[in-house]
Amino acid sequence: MDAFLKYLAVFVTGGLLCVVAQILIDKTKLTSARILVLYVVTGVFLTAIGVYEKVVKIGRTGATIPLTGFGYALCKGVFKAIDEKGFIGILTGGVEAVASGIAMAIFFDLVASFVSKPKSKNS
Amino acid sequence: MNLEQKEYSKLVEKHSGKSNVFVNCLRAFLVGGIICVIAQIYNDILPFSEEVSKVHTTVFMVFFGALFTALNVYDNIGKFAGAGSIVPITGFANSIVSPAMEFRSEGRIMGVGAQMFVVAGPVLVYGISSTVVVGLIYFLLTR
Repeated sequence: MDAFLKYLAVFVTGGLLCVVAQILIDKTKLTSARILVLYVVTGVFLTAIGVYEKVVKIGRTGATIPLTGFGYALCKGVFKAIDEKGFIGILTGGVEAVASGIAMAIFFDLVASFVSKPKSKNS
Repeated sequence: MNLEQKEYSKLVEKHSGKSNVFVNCLRAFLVGGIICVIAQIYNDILPFSEEVSKVHTTVFMVFFGALFTALNVYDNIGKFAGAGSIVPITGFANSIVSPAMEFRSEGRIMGVGAQMFVVAGPVLVYGISSTVVVGLIYFLLTR
């Protein structure tokens, strides 16, 4: 039961973050690129003021997998690097924290784009 | 009669519009939630420490986001889920591989290589830039 509630928290947190974006898309006609940028910057900001850490405690991957979580990882990485290395951490911490995700995305996407055949798309 | 029809169509438009937003939100909620739960389950079965597991989970989700995009599955999920497929990190992977596939005909360098970042580029630019600003403030406050 306890485990069920924990996964429910993940589900609800992740779901709600997507609903906010869906409302923004339907009501404001923001493109998905703008939504993603907005989410990352919001994630950075909420992490900086200490709010997002609390959301992550409850929602776990429900908070870290949505793009706000990308901002969370960036911001946390910067703070950690500043604590450890001082000034230069401002520049190294963020990218270091998300390096694995970016390298994976770039490399696998490159491979995927070569081996797959795209369906003709109209969009 | 004409007026009635107009009013009727207005009424239909209003209601269908409303329920559409509601249905879209419900779908986004379901799919977004499920993607996060899958990530959590993978995270929980990993034998590593919490920090390392988190990185593995992100890589895992990026991998599958890219794989399902390459298999032309992710776009179909996206048609159903809307923001539910855009906001999770799998959507970030999708935003990279999808234009890369689409622009392959324009060559490997300026087609695939450049178009990959049509969505991911702005995300990285503003994400990283905002951390530099926030980091600078944090540095000044903690000295």
